[in-house]
Amino acid sequence: MIKNIRFTPIFYIIFLMLPIYWLLTMSLKTNAEILGGFSLWPANPTLANFKTILTDASWYSGYINSTIYVVLNTIISLAVALPAAYAFSRYRFLGDKHLFFWLLSNRMAPPAVFALPFFQLYSSIGLFDTHIAVALAHTLFNVPLAVWILEGFMSGVPKEIDETAEIDGYSFPTFFTRIFMPLIGSGIGVAAFFCFMFSWVELLIARTLTSIDAKPIAAVMTRTVSASGMDWGVLAAAGILTIVPGAIVIWFVRNHIAKGFALGRV
Amino acid sequence: MQKQTNQKAWFLVLPVFLLVAFSAIIPLMTVVNYSVQDSFGNNEFYWVGTEWFVEILNSERFHSALGRQLMFSGLVLAIEVPLGIFIALSMPKKGWGASVCLVLMALPLLIPWNVVGTIWQIFAREDIGLLGHTLAALGVDYNYTQDALAAWITVVVMDVWHWTSLVVLLCYAGLSSIPDAFYQAAKIDGASRWAVFRYIQLPKMKRVLMIAVLLRFMDSFMIYTEPFVVTGGGPGNATTFLSIDLVKMAIGQFDVGPAAAFSLVYFLIVLLVSWVFYTVVTAQDAEANK
Repeated sequence: MIKNIRFTPIFYIIFLMLPIYWLLTMSLKTNAEILGGFSLWPANPTLANFKTILTDASWYSGYINSTIYVVLNTIISLAVALPAAYAFSRYRFLGDKHLFFWLLSNRMAPPAVFALPFFQLYSSIGLFDTHIAVALAHTLFNVPLAVWILEGFMSGVPKEIDETAEIDGYSFPTFFTRIFMPLIGSGIGVAAFFCFMFSWVELLIARTLTSIDAKPIAAVMTRTVSASGMDWGVLAAAGILTIVPGAIVIWFVRNHIAKGFALGRV
Repeated sequence: MQKQTNQKAWFLVLPVFLLVAFSAIIPLMTVVNYSVQDSFGNNEFYWVGTEWFVEILNSERFHSALGRQLMFSGLVLAIEVPLGIFIALSMPKKGWGASVCLVLMALPLLIPWNVVGTIWQIFAREDIGLLGHTLAALGVDYNYTQDALAAWITVVVMDVWHWTSLVVLLCYAGLSSIPDAFYQAAKIDGASRWAVFRYIQLPKMKRVLMIAVLLRFMDSFMIYTEPFVVTGGGPGNATTFLSIDLVKMAIGQFDVGPAAAFSLVYFLIVLLVSWVFYTVVTAQDAEANK
């Protein structure tokens, strides 16, 4: 029994990898081969589908757009969340508990509720179809999450460190950037990872707020499905390319990822 | 940790407050505004009070979407939580095996949601998909675009594929915080495998499990993109969950008033659950810090 249980993760990983493997094989086949017959692996692997994406501006600009707003969002979210998380972890102040809950409630707001109002808000202030609009809209659920994760990590740092630094004559900004931030480095990494992740995977709001100039790759893909009559190979290749950035990012935070998912509270 | 009272801390929180207020309160006010008015077009609105709320709360359409949503969330939780615990228990504790497991398992979590939909749309197709083709070869009648049951199975299995890893990672984090001494003590006492799980591992996982259950509840309750890509809410309305229905109403039919009332009711349900979540987690935090 105990011996057999060891194989469970292997079965689970096979279950996880099969659909991804299928996407990968399809991305290496031509459309004629995909529709012509059923085969478990490509008979003549071709990189033509990937070449289509990497040479066609309407495709690859989608990746660039997505990357720009995801990075913008991560920077904005962390910049505002760091001081706030510090305040929540160290001080009591008027309305702190209510404010914290209100922030969290936004993490739990269904994106479908906000899609239409966001469209009107950003259209009226002239930010429709810009990267910054998507980045700002995604702060709605990323800032609360970042505050929560960072607060969890910061509460693990003993308060004596703050006090010692004050006695040693460090000003608050110097203390915060030179001493405190390196101490919670892994927490910042995990929070950045989560901001990246949730902004990267979100489609509904990103699609609603963009039309041409800032259109994310996810939206480019949906258009292709409906318009040009199922170009399966290119679609699969585009899918594979959206998985790559995530895989790279996971590798860097692999040792902290589990703690991060527990919101710094283990 | 003992916290000092310091009202100046508000200055540190102010940027977050302003930013989130901008992206949350203004849109929410727009929704409230629409939910109490009707329009004949031309931007002329008149007050209708609670009419839309009464209409939504009594509509067959909302009830059935809510019913499907609750059933979906319930099913997904019932499968993902026990499965996640089981896999976390059987994972290697440390070394390169654990790293490889973590990275591979986290992979589905970082795939854009519409790509998750696309992956399963392709995977389950009878003509070109591995799963659909295999099932057809075995003589199983499976067509997720025609048959409601097949559509449901596809959507649920897709969600299990997508999100079980979240439960696994959370449980793994909880398990790896248990000191070895606990297991050694259990071994000396001759505790059975079940006793170790029941009295050592489960209590240690309680906190993270609570987070897992509630995160999964909320996210499955808001699900939109994945089933939309795979089934488009069909066949018929079989997989039209709350968000899909709402988007249909607001953007497809442009019934802004009812859609706004729908949004607020929907948001209030989620808010209620998140309040329970918050209360439970903070109570646990307080207990742990004693």
